Amino acid sequence: MTTTVEEQLFMTEKEELISGSEAVAIACALADVDVITAYPIRPYDTVMQYVSQLKANGAFDCDFIVAESEHSQFEIVKHASSVGARTFCGSSGVGWFYAFEAIAVTAGLRLPVVAMVGNRALDDPGAFGVEHNDALAVRDLGWMLYWVATAQEALDMALMAWRIAEDPRAFLPMALSCDGSFLTHSQAIVNVPTQEQVNRFLPGYDRGKLQLHPDNPITVAPQVNEDWLMEIRRQSNEAMTRTPAVIKEVYEEFKQVFGRGDPSPFIEEYMMDDDPDIVLMGMGTLALPVRVAIRRMREQGKKVGFVRLKFFRPFATEEVQQALGGAKAVAVVDRDYSFGSPSFGGVLFNEVRAALYPLEKRPHVVNFIAGLGGREVRVRDVEEMVEITQKAIDTGKIEQECNWIGVRE
Amino acid sequence: MTLVQDLPQVRGVKNIPIQEGFTSGHRTCQGCESALTMRLMIKAAGPRTIVVGSTGCMYVANTTYYSTPWVVPWMHTQLGSSGAAATGTAAGLASMMRKGKMKDEPINVIAFCGDGGGVDMGLAGISAALQHDEYNLLILCYDNESYANTDIQVSGSSPWGANSTFSPPGKVHRIMNKRWKKNTAPMLAAGHPSCRYVATACASYGLDFTNKIRRALTIGGPTFIHVIDPCPKGWDYDPKYSHELGMLAVETGLWVQYEIADGELTLSGPSRAIQSGVRQRKPVQEYLQRQGRFAHLNEEDLEFFQSRVDESWDEWWLPGVVPFKKPEE
Repeated sequence: MTTTVEEQLFMTEKEELISGSEAVAIACALADVDVITAYPIRPYDTVMQYVSQLKANGAFDCDFIVAESEHSQFEIVKHASSVGARTFCGSSGVGWFYAFEAIAVTAGLRLPVVAMVGNRALDDPGAFGVEHNDALAVRDLGWMLYWVATAQEALDMALMAWRIAEDPRAFLPMALSCDGSFLTHSQAIVNVPTQEQVNRFLPGYDRGKLQLHPDNPITVAPQVNEDWLMEIRRQSNEAMTRTPAVIKEVYEEFKQVFGRGDPSPFIEEYMMDDDPDIVLMGMGTLALPVRVAIRRMREQGKKVGFVRLKFFRPFATEEVQQALGGAKAVAVVDRDYSFGSPSFGGVLFNEVRAALYPLEKRPHVVNFIAGLGGREVRVRDVEEMVEITQKAIDTGKIEQECNWIGVRE
Repeated sequence: MTLVQDLPQVRGVKNIPIQEGFTSGHRTCQGCESALTMRLMIKAAGPRTIVVGSTGCMYVANTTYYSTPWVVPWMHTQLGSSGAAATGTAAGLASMMRKGKMKDEPINVIAFCGDGGGVDMGLAGISAALQHDEYNLLILCYDNESYANTDIQVSGSSPWGANSTFSPPGKVHRIMNKRWKKNTAPMLAAGHPSCRYVATACASYGLDFTNKIRRALTIGGPTFIHVIDPCPKGWDYDPKYSHELGMLAVETGLWVQYEIADGELTLSGPSRAIQSGVRQRKPVQEYLQRQGRFAHLNEEDLEFFQSRVDESWDEWWLPGVVPFKKPEE
């Protein structure tokens, strides 16, 4: 009996040494995505290189379209999604911004496009390294935003992304933010599931009565003006408020089928069992140096823990309150900036501070801007953050709310 | 390649399909020729069609929530995305049909854009769409020669000298729009050798337009049609003259009607008669002086305008179509 390349590829569960981008590309094949659009920009474009290889070698049947710009790239998948096709695309840095109009309307139309953002600093000046400002720019538009830390998580969360986004309770697009280089290009051992497992977990995309088709002659996105826009915005808001329940459900099922996952889909806690005095918080691959630093500080007897925020949207307010509310001080590490924002701090810092405000007993919240443009966040940088935060606890006041770490001054 | 529909050429205006796909409910201006273009387009294409419309008056004036005139499935796309929208819609259908996720049947995909959305902002996207031979799609550019939905601003497809809210004749500068109208259809035909069908048309010649739509949808692959639409508001004339102005645009030789099918150029209607010498071109003045947007043009301007049109017919290698000079005999 002969088998196809695809069957051979995903017939048995196996461990492979692959990058984050390759993991997402494999997820695309396992999810049987119908339309994928590409446009080159570093570092996200590695995912499209792997997708094109899978297609070229007959391991993956999809319509792979190399668009003439990011704007068209995102418009093509938006329209493919409207007729019921499962879609994937992505970008980085200013490429993501070039597509911004299409990104906005995809959320407005509530089309479940899944995208990968290979986080990259915005031009100018040119820099390939990671900053989170590209993906964060869509935080108010109705995109679910997830920050990945490992290649395994990239594969797993990509599979979950279609399931979550295409759930009719959500019908919202979802972006997987992957730190440029640190995740997109770094290889790690990844457990690649079988097609049979994925088929059990991930049903096909059904656009239902919203599908654009001659058998269902609807008009999508008419001109509504002040007569209806507020109601439609409210519907989008309702959809986003329903997503935490959908995410929890999908995450639990994923754990059952694939046998791996964290206790919570929204946050990952590290050395948090003994209610540490100082809790660091950040997103993405930052977790790696922070964990090393915490282990070292724990050896010195310092009670420090770490909470990695995974979903930035929807923002898990209660989980964050529970995880951080008991600490004396929270150190929020931003791999982004928000010039002119409250306390001239980062985006995550202001979100976390807002989330903690309703608590009766609030911890000090200190902000650290670090690792911009792909600069390495070193163990001693993390130790410096903890020292500054400890000072706030000792003196009872925060000397400077936003601190830039590892910057030449 | 997915299947195409069987849409035979229509013989005689009385045989144009009676079934409407663009009905009451729209709010276009009195005398709006673009509305007629939409109506004829979907009559020609039939009910098994998905239409995607980019931002412009045929979006804003047509699809008021709860009173859409579209009987066929219709979706909005962004101003510069007609090419991407057509590609995405066609690719989604093709992929699902190939994989057995959807019934395999021929469905027409038409994306329309105005001149602002097509000739200006969306040109790169249309160009990319015309390279994808594996998708059956039609991009229709309805050209009313201005950004007519936002208060009449000059576009890359506006005629030289036309008065618009961005090119008002003033005390010092009489002519504010010094750009000559882009020659869009030949640019797209010449630039995309594998694209099998590019045509120009005008709703004043409804049968010709109907048949061009049907040919574009049956020939296979990506296709493009550029239509001139007189606009009472933007061109400043009595709405009852829309049809006549469309005819004058063709009869003066300013707008040339043709199709390029598999590389073969065929002029139609008055354009063909002009080309073969059966009929003389009317003076451009007859067309310009009927419109308020040219009221400020003086004798010298009119002469200049006429000289440019004469040049396109007398000196171009393919008269009225391709602006390369004839080679020396």
